[in-house]
Amino acid sequence: MVEIELDGQKVEIAEGSMVIHAAEKANVYIPHFCYHKKLSIAASCRMCLVDIEKAPKPMPACATPVTQGMIVHTKTDKALKAQQSVMEFLLINHPLDCPICDQGGECQLQDLAVGYGASASRYEEEKRVVLKKNIGPLISTDEMTRCIHCTRCVRFGAEIGGDMELGMINRGEHAEITTVKGDTVDSELSGNMIDVCPVGALTSKPFRYSARTWELSRRKSIAPHDSTGANIVVQVKNHRVMRVVPLENEAVNECWIADRDRFSYEALNSDQRLTRPMLKQGGQWQEVDWQTALEYVANGIKCVREKHGDKAVGALVSPHSTVEELHLAATLVRGLGSDNIDHRLRHAEFTAPEGVRWLGMPIAGLSDLQSALVVGSNLRKDHPLFAQRIRQAARKGCQVFAINAQTYDWALPATQIVAGYAEWTRVLANIAAAVAQEKGISAPLPGQADESALSVARALLGGERKAVLLGNAAAHHGQASQLLALAQWLGKETGASFGYLTEAANTVGAQFAGAQPRQAGLNAGQMLAGQVKALLLLNTEPEFDSAAGSKAAQGLVDVDMVVTLSPFKANMDVSDVLLPIAPFTETSGSFINADGRVQSFHAVVRPLGETRPAWKVLRVLANIAGVPNVNFDSSQEVLAQLLGDCTQLSAAQLSNVTAAALADPGEAGAAPVVASIYQLDSLVRRAPALQHTADARAAVQGAVA
Amino acid sequence: MTTAAQILQQFQATGVQTCFHDRHINPQIYADLNGSNWGIKDYEARGGYAALKKILGKDGGEGLTQDQVIATVKESGLRGRGGAGFPTGLKWSFMPRQFPGQKHLVCNSDEGEPGTCKDRDILMYNPHSVIEGMIIGAYAMGISLGYNYIHGEIFQVYERFEAALEEARAAGYLGDNILGSSFNFELHAHHGFGAYICGEETALLESLEGKKGQPRFKPPFPASFGLYGKPTTINNTETFAAVPWIIRHGGQAYLECGKPNNGGTKIFSVSGDVEKPGNYEVPLGTPFAKLLELAGGVRKGRQLKAVIPGGSSSPVLPAAIMMECTMDYDSIAKAGSMLGSGAVIVMDDSRDMVESLLRLSYFYQHESCGQCTPCREGTGWLWRVVNRIEHGQGRAEDIELLDNVAFNIMGRTICALGDAAAMPVRAMLKHFRHEFEAKIAAASKAKAA
Repeated sequence: MVEIELDGQKVEIAEGSMVIHAAEKANVYIPHFCYHKKLSIAASCRMCLVDIEKAPKPMPACATPVTQGMIVHTKTDKALKAQQSVMEFLLINHPLDCPICDQGGECQLQDLAVGYGASASRYEEEKRVVLKKNIGPLISTDEMTRCIHCTRCVRFGAEIGGDMELGMINRGEHAEITTVKGDTVDSELSGNMIDVCPVGALTSKPFRYSARTWELSRRKSIAPHDSTGANIVVQVKNHRVMRVVPLENEAVNECWIADRDRFSYEALNSDQRLTRPMLKQGGQWQEVDWQTALEYVANGIKCVREKHGDKAVGALVSPHSTVEELHLAATLVRGLGSDNIDHRLRHAEFTAPEGVRWLGMPIAGLSDLQSALVVGSNLRKDHPLFAQRIRQAARKGCQVFAINAQTYDWALPATQIVAGYAEWTRVLANIAAAVAQEKGISAPLPGQADESALSVARALLGGERKAVLLGNAAAHHGQASQLLALAQWLGKETGASFGYLTEAANTVGAQFAGAQPRQAGLNAGQMLAGQVKALLLLNTEPEFDSAAGSKAAQGLVDVDMVVTLSPFKANMDVSDVLLPIAPFTETSGSFINADGRVQSFHAVVRPLGETRPAWKVLRVLANIAGVPNVNFDSSQEVLAQLLGDCTQLSAAQLSNVTAAALADPGEAGAAPVVASIYQLDSLVRRAPALQHTADARAAVQGAVA
Repeated sequence: MTTAAQILQQFQATGVQTCFHDRHINPQIYADLNGSNWGIKDYEARGGYAALKKILGKDGGEGLTQDQVIATVKESGLRGRGGAGFPTGLKWSFMPRQFPGQKHLVCNSDEGEPGTCKDRDILMYNPHSVIEGMIIGAYAMGISLGYNYIHGEIFQVYERFEAALEEARAAGYLGDNILGSSFNFELHAHHGFGAYICGEETALLESLEGKKGQPRFKPPFPASFGLYGKPTTINNTETFAAVPWIIRHGGQAYLECGKPNNGGTKIFSVSGDVEKPGNYEVPLGTPFAKLLELAGGVRKGRQLKAVIPGGSSSPVLPAAIMMECTMDYDSIAKAGSMLGSGAVIVMDDSRDMVESLLRLSYFYQHESCGQCTPCREGTGWLWRVVNRIEHGQGRAEDIELLDNVAFNIMGRTICALGDAAAMPVRAMLKHFRHEFEAKIAAASKAKAA
């Protein structure tokens, strides 16, 4: 630690810190543009020039390391004059028409110009104009003329996104930010460039000119897509979601969110929303009132129970639904005397529940791993923010290995072991054999300690912070239990943590809420094959959300009644009833993310049309069916029944331990089913801008081919 | 490829002469060069590589330790010939010799300052002096890998240097176990693409790494974080070229060539309104008047008006001040300018200072890398205001504006290019303000009429 004096205050700060860090600590604001705490230091905007005693020239606070006894003044004449002159330079080529700029009102340059700019400009020549360029469906560069060349977007791409898609070309006043690799920005984290841009040069294409920042109410929420549980701020106007931005949470998403967290809101306002309950009668869909629809459903369930027994009722639920919804769905199904409930829609192997499967380590720990073995995952697209953390770890020297059926571009240095999905157990057995050989113990299974297996084994045996991470394809694999058992063995013998990346926002919560059979109830595969007579589809579209895929409709032909609870007009071909339920922005609820963090949120807008929160719909259905003790007045009460006031599942509540014996797994069955990045759930599938991205288009083309 | 003979022919046909053709004042470091004797045999015949043999103890002596070499260079008073004039021996002593990883030695031959053309001639006519100087520097600092970054617009020079490198390798002066010692050093040539900014040492390193040539913020300095993040020492071509002579004749002898704190001789690239423009090697401390006389005096017998003494970025000095100066770091600095790279731009009384400044301002706004705000925006602004004045659109407040914008750039940028752009403006306004005022007055008069 060194002590410096900053504007008369004594500040103690770690050696190697910069003056701006000390200022942050002392709560002194130093104006800046290019400095960003998560990015490397450019020291190029020169806005943060401060006066340091004994230094002849003003020094940039962002790039001047603190030294013992340093005396810094941020508000002396020398500092202010320097800052004012930089502001003048920044403004000479920057358009001064804030009222027509989309960034107006939330622009760092505008804010600082008020503090440091003059009221009139001394520059009277023509200003620079930079032509716009279409760089994709998410980011607008229409006003690149406003760029102040801070290079935050460039550094974000190179350092956080892992791919330098934007760069600064040309020199001097002709310097220009543009794409330098291909013609578009295709990163799955690209939206963050909009956030880091301090001016209106990079703006959100879907949001542009739809609202002013000061018209928007800001409400905290949780992203409903992958298992990160990214904290977000939903910005709303007139009960309409206008935009989503990150809410900083160092332990979860830091200050980033993935593009699907940011742009999926477009689906909330889509014309595919279901706003009234609907019944299919004589092959025709009719809008009805809630009373009619609920009575129809209750009656249908009653008839099925009378005719086929309690066990003919089942529910397929989404791991993107809230804990409260899933708890009530499970309560309803079990209250009806059935155990047929499952959220494992894309799974191929269904084992009896052993524990709530989770990441096996805190999410933040991913950034500090020294070695990682990722099995069966397109990490970068399945879990963009986990990939980002592992990328930071890799920058610090983490050795990353991957076992997949193909090589993926993860924009981070990884040793990719390519093996057909049927070979994954064998590859893991080889690694286990290599670990055994290195340690001089006996291998759990016959395996060849080949060169690649040995390199993985040595990486996992070295260091202290290491993990074996099972991806979505490993979880959905026909030999999932064997993969887990092998991961467990590797974890035990190398000291690495092991666990599942977990697919969805609430995969952990779904397990905890009991949204899977407990006593030999039918699993998702069996229900999708038509082994029930009354089926509730909570927030799922079997055609896109299940392993059955396009065959799902076929399997559901003999089901007497299919009830879809969805925010969208979904499953129109297979359903008999559609009940409009609230998406995450219109209901309160909670998600439990990959590391067991329980994150609750409120409704941010009122439900659209006659949409109702699903927990209320399920409660009423349970009441009508006479399920006892379902009398909750709020979603908070539902959560309390399940979790008390717990905000983090404890180690005792989470477990990746498996008792599955290691054995030759035999045939692997069909290839594991995984969703591509913008096909994951019903929201992203209906978000127009996301569907125009390169990733979405590639997935469609891949499916066609 | 143009052969050496062709270049020589071309050279002689144009009648241009350099310090290598008896344009010098003794003592001379770059002696006995005739344009064709650049090869290794001729170099050795002139005593070349004797310094290397001396430090390695291959001349029958005991050799020199690393510390002894650095001490000799310190004693010589050799100062960086690239422009900043930093004492070379001191710079060499900053290199963390015990650093366990790869260290680099880089020669900055990215000579791009308007008016400067000395490194080009050294590399063309005496390339082995640079190679030997670099080997000695590498030995002193325990470095095994070096690069010579050559300006991209002098490709013939690059080819010449490559040819010289081949000779040196074949003769065993480069590579592993040089002259049978345990000392290894490999040297590579690299050519840039003509960006002035790549002459800034950290931009040069970026460019050498294959990135866009943009200066880095310092600290950290190259001595601790240089090429590929490894400790690196960067010296100018002329600096390295002086080292073998210093080792051979001793630091004291070199120091005595010049004057205290300004050891040795220096090549001045005299251009502009003189009868015989070209490179001149003179001892530091030589009166400017003598250098001007050597260059044939002001062209056509005109009056001397002003001199830019150290390359385009150094502040201009009026004739009266300049004629009092001696050509060395301290004297020029005392007069309010810089010796810089030694490019002496002579201006006679027919020169329009506004027009001259317009040229300079255009150059700097064109060569600014665009990375940091004051330089990116300010250099263009300066040029536009000067352009306005020159073209009869000037306003009374423009002079104050120019001076203030230049002041606001100075000392607030990542590298010295901002200062280089601002200093000529401020100096021109300081010494020749009346010419700017006259143009502006003429403009407003024309407007009124």
